[in-house]
Amino acid sequence: MKMAQLTPAGTIHPFPRSGLQVFVESQSGQQVLRCYQCGKCTAGCPSAYAMDLGPRRVMRAIQLGLKDEVLASSTIWLCLQCQTCSARCPAEIGIAEVMESLRLLAAAERSRPAERDVALFHRLFRDLIRRWGRIYELGLGALYNLRGRHPFANLGLVPRLLSRGKLPLLPQRTKGASQVRAIFARVRAAEREAPPSEAKEGTDASRQ
Amino acid sequence: MPAGSSYAYYPGCTLHSTAREYDVSLRLVCQKLGIELRELRDWACCGASSAHAESRLLGIALPARTLQAAEEMGLPLGVACAMCFSRLKLASHELADGDTLDLVGRIIGRGFGNKATVVHMLQVLDSEREALPVKRTLEGLKVASYYGCLLVRPRDIVGFDDEENPQIMDRLVEATGAHAVPWGFKTECCGAGFSVPRADIQLKLSHRILSQAKAAGADCVSVACPLCHSNLDSYQQVMRREYEHEIGLPVLYFTQLVGLALGLEPRELLLNRHVTDPLPVLKARGLA
Repeated sequence: MKMAQLTPAGTIHPFPRSGLQVFVESQSGQQVLRCYQCGKCTAGCPSAYAMDLGPRRVMRAIQLGLKDEVLASSTIWLCLQCQTCSARCPAEIGIAEVMESLRLLAAAERSRPAERDVALFHRLFRDLIRRWGRIYELGLGALYNLRGRHPFANLGLVPRLLSRGKLPLLPQRTKGASQVRAIFARVRAAEREAPPSEAKEGTDASRQ
Repeated sequence: MPAGSSYAYYPGCTLHSTAREYDVSLRLVCQKLGIELRELRDWACCGASSAHAESRLLGIALPARTLQAAEEMGLPLGVACAMCFSRLKLASHELADGDTLDLVGRIIGRGFGNKATVVHMLQVLDSEREALPVKRTLEGLKVASYYGCLLVRPRDIVGFDDEENPQIMDRLVEATGAHAVPWGFKTECCGAGFSVPRADIQLKLSHRILSQAKAAGADCVSVACPLCHSNLDSYQQVMRREYEHEIGLPVLYFTQLVGLALGLEPRELLLNRHVTDPLPVLKARGLA
């Protein structure tokens, strides 16, 4: 293990920054070392009760560079992005943005999501936007049930929603759909050209 | 935002489908108040929470297309859905960076200046609050204003109200003559899109919010987001089964409450489209 090192600006870091920390900080714009583990994030998090690690422990794991543990946790998928943690963090860390960056890392690394259904839902949602330009609720539900192999999920509400005319049978048509498809393609091309920064372990010179 | 003002209007996907009553009631209210809504042509989805779950750039580019269209119309962009509002605000914030703006301009195929201002329709109606031409006072109706998570967070980007105890909807509710009850779950998350992949979590969170509203003595809940509405309104029968707890609390869009106060009829405002029927409560108060 490397010992504490002095950065060019004179800030002491106990450890060189891990690749995980570098990725999270560059993608989220947040400084994870500011976290002093007070636990306000986990205390106020509406879905923390269902998580394996909880936001506070994820923050600590990032500080320690525990990439596998972080990517395997359910936390990054069960984060609802409600931003309660960010609003309350006394160190002013945008924790929700940190969680978002971890999902991006999971996508970049093609790691197996701990919450398969949540990841599937997001993927199908994106596919439908790409196809129609707008979201199509009935199609989203049907695809989710088929691809997720839970054909009878969420069916209880359907008759009530249909009877109130709240669930259109057909997707909305917009002439913008072809432009949206082009946006998806150009985003993909731009990201191939310049992928989200994959930092090397222990490169600390960029800090401060 | 004086009366007679015009907005480039972005309904978002759900206002044309599951939340049509929000769209209809908003348009009627704006018509009454002399606010012109010019719907953007060929608008597309903002990407919601799914675009940015895979790609930051996609999460900015989809709303950027809408920002560009509003800029071209030379009007402020009026948004009804809290999720769309949040995505558009965040994108606009990211696009303040010149390099991002250039790149995104190329991606959407049209360069633009990121000049459009983004407002939620709640802000627009709030500016009419003091001169609201009330025809039918909602006196006696106790309303829990529910903001959800995305309308007022993050404060440094959205920045129009307090993150924990916002007041803007309460003020508007009071302007209709109704009573806005004080309560603690205004900005707790309803579970959002988890109603599909983790319905257990969404049900628990939504149930907690409704229980709190009921305990605060509310007759109904007022919302400004179609996803919050769906989660709080449509699942009350599931809650009854799951928690053996009869909630029976109608959930209305704030535009429907304002519409009632302006003298519009419950049917025009599509109050009959909700899963939890609000008409008994309104009738008991002599409002329908």
